[in-house]
Formats: sequence, C-alpha cells, structure tokens
Amino acid sequence: MPTTVIEGHDISLDDEGFLTEYDQWDPSIACALATAIGLDLTDEHWKVINFLREDFKVNGATPTLRRVSTAGGIDTKSLFALFPKKPAKKMSYIAGLPKPAGCV
Amino acid sequence: MKKLLVLGGGTAGTMSANRLAHLLKDWKVTVVDRDDNHRYQPGFLFMPFGTYSPDQITRSRRETLNKKVNLVLGEIDRIDGDSNKVFLVDGSEFDYDYLIIATGVSPRADQTDGLAEGLSSNDAVHEFYSYEGSKALAERLKRFDAGNVVINIVEMPIKCPVAPLEFAFLADDYFKSRGIRDKVTMTYVTPLGAAFTQPIAAQAFGATLEEKSISVEPDFMLMEVDNDTNEIISFDERRIPFDLLVSIPVNMGQDFLTASGLGNELNLVPVDKFTQLSNKYSNVFALGDANNIPASKAGSVAHFEVDIFIENFLEHIAGKEMTHRFDGHANCFIETGGGKAMLIDFNYNVEPLPGRYPYPIVGPMSLLKKTRMNHMGKMAFRWVYWNILMPGRQMPVPAHMSLSGKNTDMLDEAKLAKAAL
Repeated sequence: MPTTVIEGHDISLDDEGFLTEYDQWDPSIACALATAIGLDLTDEHWKVINFLREDFKVNGATPTLRRVSTAGGIDTKSLFALFPKKPAKKMSYIAGLPKPAGCV
Repeated sequence: MKKLLVLGGGTAGTMSANRLAHLLKDWKVTVVDRDDNHRYQPGFLFMPFGTYSPDQITRSRRETLNKKVNLVLGEIDRIDGDSNKVFLVDGSEFDYDYLIIATGVSPRADQTDGLAEGLSSNDAVHEFYSYEGSKALAERLKRFDAGNVVINIVEMPIKCPVAPLEFAFLADDYFKSRGIRDKVTMTYVTPLGAAFTQPIAAQAFGATLEEKSISVEPDFMLMEVDNDTNEIISFDERRIPFDLLVSIPVNMGQDFLTASGLGNELNLVPVDKFTQLSNKYSNVFALGDANNIPASKAGSVAHFEVDIFIENFLEHIAGKEMTHRFDGHANCFIETGGGKAMLIDFNYNVEPLPGRYPYPIVGPMSLLKKTRMNHMGKMAFRWVYWNILMPGRQMPVPAHMSLSGKNTDMLDEAKLAKAAL
C-alpha cells in the first residue's frame, strides 16, 4: 500500500490516491488534496466535506450524491458546481474517505 | 407455531419462502404481495424486440409458491418492528416471529424532472424496467424509422446494471434486421466514468459499443428531461437531443420501508452485508434488491444470497451464531447481439475476469467473451428460473465465487487501469 507525506503527516493511500485511514486526515490535508486537483476550498466546499466526515463516522460508508442532497441539504446541482465533472469522486477524495461504492 | 412473514413474492421472497416452508415443517410461512403476477424480470429486456411475449414472462405467484405457503394479496402500509407486526392498507394486520423483507426496487420516474411527464405524454420517451414500460416500448420501436436513440441511466445503483448495455446491443441488432441502422444514431449516456464500473469488463463492453458505432457520453448525471425540445440536460448543463429516449429511472425500494423507519435515502434496508440481518431488529432480514449491500441488484445475487441465508437462518432461529458469510457473488449474462452473449462472474472483492465458468478449461461458458454458448445459457435461464430456482431446487453451481478457471494475472493490470481522477 503506497504511503506519502502531506503537510508533514504520513498518509496511507489506495491505488487511486484515496486516503485509507479516517484518522490520518485533517483540514490541512484537505487543502493540499484540493490544490492537487485544482480546487480552492470555500465555505460551501467545507459544508460538504464536514457533512461527509460526520456521516461516514456514523454510517461507516461514504455518502452518495443523493444522500448529501437528502440528508445533508446540499443539492446535486450545487455539488456539480463545487466539484466539477466528478463530484462524488472529488468530494470523497478531499474528505479523506473511500470513493462511494461503485455499485455494480 | 412460529410465524415467518415474507414481504414480497418476487425472486428472493419466493425462493426463501419455498425453501423455508420445506425445512421448517411446523412453521406457518406467509407471503404478502400486492398482486398475483410474478414477472420473470430479465424478460423485460427482450419484450421490446418481440423475443418474448408478455405471457411467457408471467406466472401466478400462487402457483410459483409451495402449497404450504400462505399467500396474502394486499398493499403493505407499514411495519412496526417493535411490536413485530405488519399492517396492510386495508386495515388487516399480521404478527411475526421472523420477518423477511423482499419487496425489491421499482423504477421511479417521479424522482427526475420531466421524466414521469415524458413517459406518460411524450411519445419519444420510454423505459423498459417495468412490465408496462417494456410493452409500450415494443410498440414504439415498431414505428421507429430514423433518428437519435439515446439510452440513459439516471442514477446508480439500478437493477441488473448490465441491462442498459444489453438493450443498446440488441437495439443495434434490431435496427440492422430492419435495414434502418444507417438512419439511426445511438448514444449511451451514463453517470459512470465508462461503460461499466469495473475496469476489465468496462474495456470489453466499451470495445463492443465501439464495434457497433454506439457512442458513449460518460459522467452524465441527468437533471431534467425537456419534453418541449426533446433533450436531456445534465447537472453540469450538457444537452443531448433525442428522437427516442430510453431512460432507466432511479431505482428505489418501497416507500413504506422508510415510513416504518427501516429504509435509507433510496428506501433500501440497511443490513449486515454478510448475513443480510437488519441493523435495527434481530428478527428482521432484507433479501434481494430491497437491501443496501454493495452488490449488483440482480437475480443471481438474490439466488446466491438466499443459499447462504438459509444456512444462517437455521442457525439464527436455533439461537446460534450465524457462521456463513455471503461474499456478494453475482453472475450475469450480457446479450451482445447476433445470437451471442458474454458472461461475467464477480463478488464484493474480485471484479469480473476472463476465463471459463463454472468449470476451469471445459466451461462450458466463457467469461467476458462473446459466444453462442453464453447466449444459449441466457435463453435457457427462463426455464431454469421457473423450474429450478423458484421451487427452491439446488443449482449445480456453488454459492461462493471461485477464482479457479479465471485469469487472475489481469488483476494487476486492472489496478493500473483504475486511473485516479
């Protein structure tokens, strides 16, 4: 399993660069990950990231776009504006969570 | 006398009721469903092309259930998990010692702006995930002579995730057989990043789409169907015009589950992914499409899952620990047109790989390859479904996925193919 150092922290990643340890994340890491994919985090982004972190802690799974919209109150259109093209993947990447299960 | 109540007499409900009625001789087993029409749902894919007639895919639930199973027809109003009761809309109530929720998922066009309206009043908007929708599409296809055909998945997860691809492959065949393929353009519009979720299978399906000149529009999350201009519009404001839209609506569980405090945002019942026991009640299980396990919503999953569930259930009611673990095993035939089909076999952890199934080398099925044998398997499956699976007879294939006969070297390549962002 690859590891790397971000903002002075040792981080474990999966093959796609997603963090694998919930507790290795902190806000400075989110900023670094966001920069890596060309995003500047605003308060609106943080609202989504905080919901993702909280919801994961309770339910043990990364919430889907539908769940962020119904339970988190941030509609899908806004999510596409905040995290262009691939919101589900980008928001979980920045929040240090696994990508939502690609149900097959 | 102990009471087992099964909500839903479809694939998972029928299999588990029949098998448990046989095993638990002194129990009362009751199935509740809203009607007596058990549909062979894989048939919905074939009806639009006239391969199956409506009566070939329908049987009476009563006749599909073991004589010892009591069938009640009625609309379910709610479950009260604290008092172990189920209430029907007509006011009747049923108490249970153990409850199996197997009420599946349904296409919900009402969840997308313009889609329900289009399906009811726009001749260019269709779906094939319901019996009525599939029948209506058969009539519409007969009158379709030229233009843009757009095949769209609104949101994952959906029942039988390969069915939209199969529809595209079979529609290509159908237009060719009518001599109008050169007057039809076909576009496959998906919220996924590629033709399928799993890299090796996505490559195989993507290549088949390309061979058939079906273009792919990935990462398209449908926001709205515009019935005035006949366009679909994504959340990031891409517009795709259509002359015929075949859309797969959001698939959701039944509303009464969420109203009873048992459903998530898609009305799916959260369960333990290895045993399908409810997270909330220790005498409630949810089987088949109705639960939230991270596996395909497919008949094959329901079948393998019920195999494991029966073993666990017998331990559970005896007060023992459940020792069997469902691995998310699925296998699906994928019709690719021209009388051929592919086959995929996978589980929670291992994606579809090339090889042979169910036996190494001899097969007779080939994984991820287009063969006539796979197609024959798919067509024979309707008989297997009614005569072996539903009555609860054993299939000569193991419930757990096996790696023997598969090309596992490709797993490393697949990891590399999963490109980040």
